[in-house]
Amino acid sequence: MTAVVQAGAAVPAVRLCEISKRFGAVKANQGVSLSVAPGTVHGLVGENGAGKSTLMAILYGYYQADAGHIEVNGAKVAIANSHQAIALGIGMVHQHFMLVDTLSCLDNVMLGAEPGFFLKPSSRKVRAQLETLMQDTGLHVHLDALVSELPVGELQRLEILKALYRGARILILDEPTAVLTPQETVQLFETLRRLKALGTTIILITHKLKEVMSLCDAVTVMRAGQVVQTTGIADTSAEDLAQAMVGRKVNLGRKAGAQAAGQQTRLSAQNLTLRGANGVALLNEVSLRLNSGEIVGVAGVSGNGQSELLEVLSGMLAPTSGSMQLGDTKFVQDAWLKPGRARELKLAHVPEDRHACAMVLDFPAWETAVLGYHLQPAYNQGPSMNHAVMREQTAAMQERFDVRPRDVNLGSSKFSGGNQQKLVLAREIGQAPAVLLVGQPTRGVDIGAIEFIHNQLRALRDAGCAVLLVSSELDEILALADRVIVMNSGRVTGELGIEECDEKTLGLLMASDKAARA
Amino acid sequence: MSGQAISLPRWIDVGLLPLWNLMIAMLVAGAVVLAIGHSPLQALTVLLNGALGSVRGIGYTLYYTTTFIFTGLAVAVAIHGGLFNIGGEGQATVGGLGVALMALALGPLLPAPLLLPLLVLSAAVFGMLWAAIPAYLQAWRGSHIVITTIMFNFLAASLNAYLLVNWLRPKGGMSVESAEFAESARMPALHELAARFGIELPSSPLNLSLVLALLACVFVAWFLWKSRAGYALRSVGSAPRAAHYAGINPKLQVLIAMGLSGALAGMVGVNEISGVQGKLTLDFVAGAGFTGIAVSLMGRNHPVGIILASLLFGVLYQGGVEVSFELPGFSREMVVTAQGLIVLFAGAMATVSAPMFAKLYSKFANKKGA
Repeated sequence: MTAVVQAGAAVPAVRLCEISKRFGAVKANQGVSLSVAPGTVHGLVGENGAGKSTLMAILYGYYQADAGHIEVNGAKVAIANSHQAIALGIGMVHQHFMLVDTLSCLDNVMLGAEPGFFLKPSSRKVRAQLETLMQDTGLHVHLDALVSELPVGELQRLEILKALYRGARILILDEPTAVLTPQETVQLFETLRRLKALGTTIILITHKLKEVMSLCDAVTVMRAGQVVQTTGIADTSAEDLAQAMVGRKVNLGRKAGAQAAGQQTRLSAQNLTLRGANGVALLNEVSLRLNSGEIVGVAGVSGNGQSELLEVLSGMLAPTSGSMQLGDTKFVQDAWLKPGRARELKLAHVPEDRHACAMVLDFPAWETAVLGYHLQPAYNQGPSMNHAVMREQTAAMQERFDVRPRDVNLGSSKFSGGNQQKLVLAREIGQAPAVLLVGQPTRGVDIGAIEFIHNQLRALRDAGCAVLLVSSELDEILALADRVIVMNSGRVTGELGIEECDEKTLGLLMASDKAARA
Repeated sequence: MSGQAISLPRWIDVGLLPLWNLMIAMLVAGAVVLAIGHSPLQALTVLLNGALGSVRGIGYTLYYTTTFIFTGLAVAVAIHGGLFNIGGEGQATVGGLGVALMALALGPLLPAPLLLPLLVLSAAVFGMLWAAIPAYLQAWRGSHIVITTIMFNFLAASLNAYLLVNWLRPKGGMSVESAEFAESARMPALHELAARFGIELPSSPLNLSLVLALLACVFVAWFLWKSRAGYALRSVGSAPRAAHYAGINPKLQVLIAMGLSGALAGMVGVNEISGVQGKLTLDFVAGAGFTGIAVSLMGRNHPVGIILASLLFGVLYQGGVEVSFELPGFSREMVVTAQGLIVLFAGAMATVSAPMFAKLYSKFANKKGA
């Protein structure tokens, strides 16, 4: 591999030279070299496990490299912990926010960096500084609001502000748009451009290639712990990058679907309302219909009722009011569907939270692979379970869905995200369901596996299954769905045929507070 | 970017690490012995000799082992269901009560082959019901099982004392204990059985309950890892949301786990009351319920590990009695200190040395791999 030094820049803001790091037998980084010109946005892309996060963790002082060295602004440095990284002007914004929910924004910024012993004068000082900073950068947040009350877009700005307040001149952003609406993403990018204009160097870790193309000046692709290529943005394209990431051609776009004729309603729900412990409506009069042979996408920013909708429809949670018809069976709030009954009625569910819900991480693959279907006669012998059959079936599932490694005895937690998801899908799809509810099917999944999973969902649709797809990735919904429902604050704010959908329309519906029922 | 997960090969995890912990505990205990002016080596020799040096000593050791297997299994089953049962003490007490009530009621009427299974059943059912109350409170009422099981230990001791003083004590009896059971309600001691075959063994409290304990180990292993019910129990224990998703009722599993746990603890009553005392007494569990926690922790919540850990604690108990007997000035408390150190190093701090072994191992593996 060769390190392509950015043209035009005299001294790179960050230079990583031949960094190597291994964890046991896994070589997370092998001779990785990366050079980021000051005042630019540098994209870092690659599949899960390609070594991006490890590399950034080394730069931020979480890990020490086994070999290689780091230069910041031309000077060779040793970064033993994140304090030293911060002192060198490196700031990091994590994918999962590092904020204290019960404190105000101001307190969160100050936490750990208080300028004095007493809080009152300190906060006065910090407030003044922050106000100037917000003026200069356009990163506006409500300093006195509690973190728990703010939308994610604002929390992200707060995280960036926190890094800048600590003197960051080099900003690492890890998957910053994963939780944002399209509008918030646009806003974030404007801010980042402004920061760049002010001379901040930005390293953007992402898997959204469109964002790389619109924001970055240069981009480095990593695969299997090594740098595959580093190019200026003008010399590459999204397709080119995807191919470099996966090592082969991938197609994640929309494919002409065989819209099955003669649809019948498989599931219909009327006026589902779910109230949380504090009386807040998590679902508000949601009605929907799922037909055979179609994929219905549910779009919305995370936390607007999609998760609850999945739980209610799958029987994990009974609604406060409302009714549902599944096949020929009707359920009302007092006698709601139970997960076991749902499986009997051929309703399969791939839950959003793979780790907590879809699998038992402590179990080996062959025990996780029958979860939910463990009562089926095939898996049982009297009161004992038939381990031989379970292992056999698991091996078959791994074969059919290309789960790697093909090891039925491996612990469920030891598989990568994509392979875990494939095993869960193999289990659920393997039952030839009449209805499939699937939440975030490709969250934390490699591009190669995404393509595979999308094709499996399409094949299931073409075989006549009714699929409800909840995803926070608009691209995914646009690539798969035949019909789209948009949710906001527990309400359905719109229902569109796929031909009426584009990112802008959906984004507006996702952000609209009032129920603008289409 | 989570911290490096420590994954050690099995032989280090279940073999080397516990031995290492045990060794550290022994070293520290040795230092304490030295500090009070005794020779650690002499103490250890007396201890091992007392526990394993004679048939009689081995008998006593295995008798203690039996009790610890029951309480250890009780803790382990609950842990696999995601619950921390600290109520083994109380469940064992109530199990003993069950044995006594059955033995006093039916002892004069039934022969041993009919009565003994009934005693076992009674011990299990009493222990199960006693544990079911905290289980119900946890699953349906939201009170925490650790708190309730501790409280139920006191309740069980008080209940036992009340019944003994007011109802079960024979008229005119001076000591707080029940009447002696009929001979048919006595679990046969090993030396008695051996005598029947013409083998002369010194008398010890070891009785057939040991066989029962080993059968319980086999049952628990089958239940947890082979049965459908165990599958459900373990799913709830390690991933309650996933269990709910899979159509398993977590509340019911709490009841099952605690019921089984209580039944196992209750069997202590068979060993102590039917096997040794032959009458119901006060405080016959004597802390074995708590020792069960250490046994289970050290045995990695696995029946095989629990048998080994129970043996270790059996040796310590029996050997400890001998040490305090033989060495003047070496009090019983000193033995408790040694046991405490083992619980500390092998139980509570069981994984403290794991990162060190992980580092050593990865260095070694890297060298081999490179």
